[in-house]
Amino acid sequence: MPQRIKLQGGQFVLADDPFTHVADDQDLATGDVIISLTRFQAEGDRLLHDGRAVGVRIESHEEVEALAYDLPRLAVVALAFPKFRDGRAFTSARLLRERLNFTGEVRAVGDVFREQAGFMVRTGFDAFEPSDGSTPDQWAAAVHRYRHVYQRAADRRPPAFAERGE
Amino acid sequence: MYRYDAIDKELVADRSAEFREQVTRRLAGEITEDQFKPLRLMNGLYLQLHAYMLRVAIPYGSLNSTQMRKLAWIARTYDKGYGHFTTRTNLQFHWIRLADTPDILDHLASVDMHAIQTSGNCIRNVTADPYAGATAEEVDDPRVWAEAMRQWSTLHPEFSFLPRKFKIAVTAAPKDRTAAKVHDIGLVLKRARDGSLGFEVIVGGGLGRTPHVGPTVREFLPANRLFSYLEAVLRVYNRHGRRDNIYKARIKILVAALGAEEFKRQVEAEWEQIGPSGDLPDSELARIRGAFAMPNLDVAVNRSEIFEQAKAADPAFARFVRNNVKPHKRPGYAIVDISLKAIGETPGDATADQMDVVADLAERFGQDDIRVTHEQNLVLPHVKLDDLPVVFAELQRAGLATPNINLVTDIIACPGLDYCALANARAIPIAQQIAETFRDQERAELVGELKIKISGCINACGHHHVGHIGILGVDKKGEEFYQLTLGGSGAEDAAVGQILGPALPYNRVAEAVDILVDVYLRERQADERFLDTFRRTGVTPFKEAVYATAD
Repeated sequence: MPQRIKLQGGQFVLADDPFTHVADDQDLATGDVIISLTRFQAEGDRLLHDGRAVGVRIESHEEVEALAYDLPRLAVVALAFPKFRDGRAFTSARLLRERLNFTGEVRAVGDVFREQAGFMVRTGFDAFEPSDGSTPDQWAAAVHRYRHVYQRAADRRPPAFAERGE
Repeated sequence: MYRYDAIDKELVADRSAEFREQVTRRLAGEITEDQFKPLRLMNGLYLQLHAYMLRVAIPYGSLNSTQMRKLAWIARTYDKGYGHFTTRTNLQFHWIRLADTPDILDHLASVDMHAIQTSGNCIRNVTADPYAGATAEEVDDPRVWAEAMRQWSTLHPEFSFLPRKFKIAVTAAPKDRTAAKVHDIGLVLKRARDGSLGFEVIVGGGLGRTPHVGPTVREFLPANRLFSYLEAVLRVYNRHGRRDNIYKARIKILVAALGAEEFKRQVEAEWEQIGPSGDLPDSELARIRGAFAMPNLDVAVNRSEIFEQAKAADPAFARFVRNNVKPHKRPGYAIVDISLKAIGETPGDATADQMDVVADLAERFGQDDIRVTHEQNLVLPHVKLDDLPVVFAELQRAGLATPNINLVTDIIACPGLDYCALANARAIPIAQQIAETFRDQERAELVGELKIKISGCINACGHHHVGHIGILGVDKKGEEFYQLTLGGSGAEDAAVGQILGPALPYNRVAEAVDILVDVYLRERQADERFLDTFRRTGVTPFKEAVYATAD
């Protein structure tokens, strides 16, 4: 079974991934699947009715608000980084967590490098498919690199101004 | 001035350690230049024509003596003994070895400095009025907000991979010394009739290939709502700014495409959703504000006999005072501009020795406070009138007393083809030739305020669009040519300059500027500046004069 890095109880671990990514032109696999927004809109109800877990992959130009009413039914939202430089998924993740109160898995897919691990965790990602071969240890080291942060974000980490106020 | 606390220091140290690791991986061949490029570009390290260039951040252009001395030391130790102050009020070292950069960053960190976000598609160094805290014109100290924005924007988890770079300027004076209207966001602090503080928010200004004077999207944003509003602007931009074409990726293109009204509607809808939880607590603003309390200035008298006598006795000093000294909010004090535009030198360059002199003067006579201006000069914001003659003498000895602030020889120029891989043409020698043409100080003063800005390519790092006279280097079949524009301004009367006519060859530019100045002197009425005369007469008389002599 494929694996992805998962943030569990503050630890980064390699965990089995029960989900299969299914592209729009592929036949649906059995079991748990991650499908596109378009496919979810067409076939989501039926798949959920099958009793399997469903995740949706949101491309960087797509808006997570499109899922607002479906989120309670979704196990995973996979946010795509088509390029290292494309930072739209950071906004999508924050909105999922802070505005849409999504509590399922938010997974980073695509160009996923450890240099952005800290930002990903801060904006609410909790699962990662690194494309640079990072191990969970390397991932954790990158995330914990900075002892302080300056902003409020989805990870609820106290920013510098809160630390100072203590 | 703001001093780093343990939190600020640890953050910079952590960044330095991260970069050392990345450089080590690169030098060991574990990552390729292609993989390393985005990493070094997150830390101000560019590969230029001849060497690496390291851009050091100088947040809102504010430095103390210790920091300036450290920059001088780095210039001597790792570079060729000088540095270049930029239009973003940063400092560039142009002759750096990659292997030295981790040590340089550690040395910078030891004096609370870094290169964070001096490149990359993130929120860049926030600039502020270089006279902040010293000028009587301001309604508040913009450094308070600039420092709060420095912290907020540093390693921002959501906004570090924007469609393109993002520049913010803040001023609190009606006379704009920050070019606020040609920034991605320009903030102008104002006081309402009831005394409350707020920002005029200008979004979508910019230079580069498509210059725009930014529209005001909010006349008065209550000051305590700044950070939620910034978040809303940045979020709309991060989601909807173009990413398919880097030349169309700045926020100005989004604002122009949507129209200012629709852009504002989207921002304010987002802002509603964010609410006050996106704002900075008053306690933190108060802490930062406390750091910018007025230094303990002596109670001085309005009139300084020492100063008056020196002015009467020494015409050179009187000239310096006339051009480089500005009124301070406290009687008996002055703001001193230090020109980095000595005739024949590279605009914005300072040698390590000069940096040390400025550091010493700031320590002895200037409350340990130094500013960098976006026009590539330095400022000692708090100098006692009694001390001015001594300060002047020391500046003179160091070649730093050029009395030309805002005059025709106070030229902005990008590094151009002498350093930069993007440039089409040289900028520095053009600046030097023009300065030579106006070496006669009497004539320069007769001409008065005239802002010349030179860019070596259409990326416009030299701000040519907003020069009273703008000069743009272009490449015509491998030869350097220069496109002149007139009537631009980056100040409160911001405008994009108008093209004069066909581009001129390298050896005709200084001569053309000379002709333009002659036309101005002939046409001007009363106390009009060059810009005012141009705006009244239009381009015709200038164009006729310059091209009359062409073949």
